[in-house]
Amino acid sequence: MKLSSDLIIPIMILLILIFAVSKKTDVYSSFTMGLKDGASSFLKICPALFALFICVGVFRASGLSDFLCTLLSPVTSFLKFPKDLLPFAILRPVSGSGSLVFAQDIFTRFGPDSFEGRAVSIMMGSTETTFYTASVYFAASETKNIRHTIKCALIADVFSMAISILVTRLYYY
Amino acid sequence: MQAQPAFLWGDYMLNVIWTVILISSFTYSFFAGTVDETVTSLLESGKTSVEFMLKTGAVMVMWSGFMEVAKKSGFTGVISHVLSPFIRKVFKGIEKKSEEENLISTNLAANMMGLSNAATPLGMKAMKKLSEKSDGKTATDNMCMLCIINCASLQLIPSTLIAMRSASESASPGEITVPIWIVSSLTLIFAIILAKFMERKSGK
Repeated sequence: MKLSSDLIIPIMILLILIFAVSKKTDVYSSFTMGLKDGASSFLKICPALFALFICVGVFRASGLSDFLCTLLSPVTSFLKFPKDLLPFAILRPVSGSGSLVFAQDIFTRFGPDSFEGRAVSIMMGSTETTFYTASVYFAASETKNIRHTIKCALIADVFSMAISILVTRLYYY
Repeated sequence: MQAQPAFLWGDYMLNVIWTVILISSFTYSFFAGTVDETVTSLLESGKTSVEFMLKTGAVMVMWSGFMEVAKKSGFTGVISHVLSPFIRKVFKGIEKKSEEENLISTNLAANMMGLSNAATPLGMKAMKKLSEKSDGKTATDNMCMLCIINCASLQLIPSTLIAMRSASESASPGEITVPIWIVSSLTLIFAIILAKFMERKSGK
């Protein structure tokens, strides 16, 4: 199982390249074009990342983050949820860059291959920035009443995070 | 070009959250005696973020290169073709080979390939097309479903995470792919069932 995950990147890249060659696509120029697009969209989120790194850094260094996590630890331990992942989980539906920075903070503190590192990876990979997605998509249609959308998507997020913890435990340990 | 919505809840919330966290962190540091650490962290976070941009950003940009190749060669088209029957099952009253089906399937396929730059405008177009069947004020079941499915995040290659993990020197940056597939699919199934259940309750 673990070996197959390591092979996914080279297999996907091979698949994409072989498919592209069979369709006579200009691989190199498409690739560089993609780099250009990727770079410009990455540059667009840089100011937000910068601002959020400051925010997360100060939040952690002041000790407020630990204080709040400890304050809420009866709840998290009752739910068997790792308490250090709580700020990430709360911010995830609100801000993509914000949760990215919190995830990076977990990687720096615990390492990407720790339980926390793996759990935060899986949580991030299987959820979206719910509020952002909803506001962008519905802005296009000028619909005011979006009924159950937010409630449903947020419940799905909670479900996804709970399952992430469970899958991390079962898959790796 | 990506159209900017008039009002972003996410942005609005972030304005509040960012400011509140900064103010309360600095205030807390006075009482906890961590003023020095807090100021050091403030001054160093610029460095941390630039490091992140260089290391992780470079890998993210590389992925968008490969994804562009996939898009240009029509690989995304193959995925959207595979998705079509599934779309006709989950959404109501979508005809085979209709414009709605095409827009929804290409939107979801672009999302699966991690082409969020392409996926968002397609999703907005799909939403607009679906809204033609609404009364203009209230979202239809299909519109809610499209948004909910997009919120469930389906990505074949979690490229941002792989980039971040490799920059953080993971022994195996891609090892989280299979567990992410498992969780994403379970979440998607759960979200669709929940949406079907809630749409009946929330009325028109």
